[in-house]
Amino acid sequence: MALDAFFGPAAAPARPVRSEPRLVRGVLIGTALAFLAIFLVLPLAVVFAQAFAGGVQAWLDSLVEPDALAAIRLTLMAAAIAVPLNLVFGVAAAWCIARFEFRGKSLLTTLIDLPFSVSPVIAGLIYVLLFGLNGWLGPWLRDHDIQIVFALPGIVLATIFVTFPFVARELIPLMQEQGAEEEEAAIMLGASGWQTFRRVTLPKIRWGLLYGVLLCNARAMGEFGAVSVVSGHIRGETNTMPLHVEILYNEYNMVAAFAVASLLALLALVTLVVKSLLEWRYAGELAASRRH
Amino acid sequence: MAAATAGGLRQPSVLPGFGLTLGITLTYLSLIVLVPLAALVASAAGLGWDGFWKSVLQPRVLAAFQISLATALVAALVNAVFGLVVAWVLVRYDFPGKKLVDAIVDLPFALPTAVAGIALTGLYAPNGWVGGMLASLGIKVAFTPIGITIALIFIGLPFVVRMVEPVLQDFEAEQEEAAGMLGAGRLATFVRVILPAILPALLTGFAMAFARALGEYGSVIFIAGNLPMVSEIVPLLIVIRLEQYDYGGAAAVATMMLGVSFALLLVINLLQQWVRSRHGS
Repeated sequence: MALDAFFGPAAAPARPVRSEPRLVRGVLIGTALAFLAIFLVLPLAVVFAQAFAGGVQAWLDSLVEPDALAAIRLTLMAAAIAVPLNLVFGVAAAWCIARFEFRGKSLLTTLIDLPFSVSPVIAGLIYVLLFGLNGWLGPWLRDHDIQIVFALPGIVLATIFVTFPFVARELIPLMQEQGAEEEEAAIMLGASGWQTFRRVTLPKIRWGLLYGVLLCNARAMGEFGAVSVVSGHIRGETNTMPLHVEILYNEYNMVAAFAVASLLALLALVTLVVKSLLEWRYAGELAASRRH
Repeated sequence: MAAATAGGLRQPSVLPGFGLTLGITLTYLSLIVLVPLAALVASAAGLGWDGFWKSVLQPRVLAAFQISLATALVAALVNAVFGLVVAWVLVRYDFPGKKLVDAIVDLPFALPTAVAGIALTGLYAPNGWVGGMLASLGIKVAFTPIGITIALIFIGLPFVVRMVEPVLQDFEAEQEEAAGMLGAGRLATFVRVILPAILPALLTGFAMAFARALGEYGSVIFIAGNLPMVSEIVPLLIVIRLEQYDYGGAAAVATMMLGVSFALLLVINLLQQWVRSRHGS
């Protein structure tokens, strides 16, 4: 490879005293790229290579097979319930935390972030302990014929738990940076609270909101550990896409496992592309930590 | 502004909706997070003091904690070193495709862990692209603690890069120039001037990667081989106890793990305060 094309004029130092010799620069860039290639690009390439190892037809067959379709449907449904609920919560939490000063605010902010520090397995376990047959509410639920664990409600609860902070932690810093002056002006001029939110706040936070929803959705559709604990693994019924991947993999059905996995990888790539576009185009309307 | 009005729970504001939004926030937080976590601790407490420790101090549990802690630590260290290099290269140098490289750093946050798990296993299994090469050198990766570490490096990769990047970006050129003018070499300038400035962010990223790695499940179980006492991680042990209907035992190990996670969370919060006090944002 032509090194000059690679480390050409673009890398010319602005201040000689703040840059390294060309050799050091080359070694550092090479190390970084090699590290990322081995740990990120290679696994991604394997997913698509294996998925299409049996040809496009085999790939497609693995996706339209009834159990796979059921898994795709369940994943979409769980995300369609969990994401809007976390969205409403995130907006409410951001409004009270970013717009008011009250006691216990920093504690509340810490508690909202709590689910990120809990192992996904524990996130599933807590609902089994509460709603499982031998759990705290198990006997009562059984008497009333309500099933939560090993059914859709349990899967949704576990998904909500692991994606709980996404929207809130995106909006809180953004709304804190923006300040409350415009909302205060709207209220003084006679707008109602709802009008103020819809006409003043919402246009200011929409890209941050989308950013939070995007990350929330990616995690909701891809969650494995928490959902695995509460799902019960009933094929065609309580298997989400990631769980379906696991079952196929354990049956040594590699082409089908990687075919479903490739669909999830595609979702991840689309998420990354939209996220990067938001960071480049609407940097000023995202929280400061997201600006590149 | 920051001081609360005497006796009041909150400062007065013309904006409406405080009661409603705080009500929604607290209700939702309690129902989804706080009550279920309390049920976990209550289940563990149901074993009694002796029962709890008997359940947690079994050799298989201790071995799992040892494996989880050791692999998470090594993975976080690798990420600290290479994450720093990646952040440095992304902030300081220009090269073709830099934006693409910057975007792909977040892949582990977006890629489902199960997908990462089977991809890494496919790669490092003895018949895989990399595993085959390593096998001819006599190195076995998949189904050993090394495999666990590789999965944990993957999922913890973005933390150090994303913590260090903004701090490196804001670093004042003057200090570095002064060091250079006064005769310090680049390495000395880096070690004595730049490294101390980015150390809080580096440690925060390291602690975050470590915490995330400790609880990770999906990407690890495929590549680990899951041999008790050898390559069995704590989250898997919780699942195994649950599958044996040993609810109390699962809750005990989970409570222990939660304790470790909360201790780490406290450390991370203190580190972040340190970052903020240094960089005043």
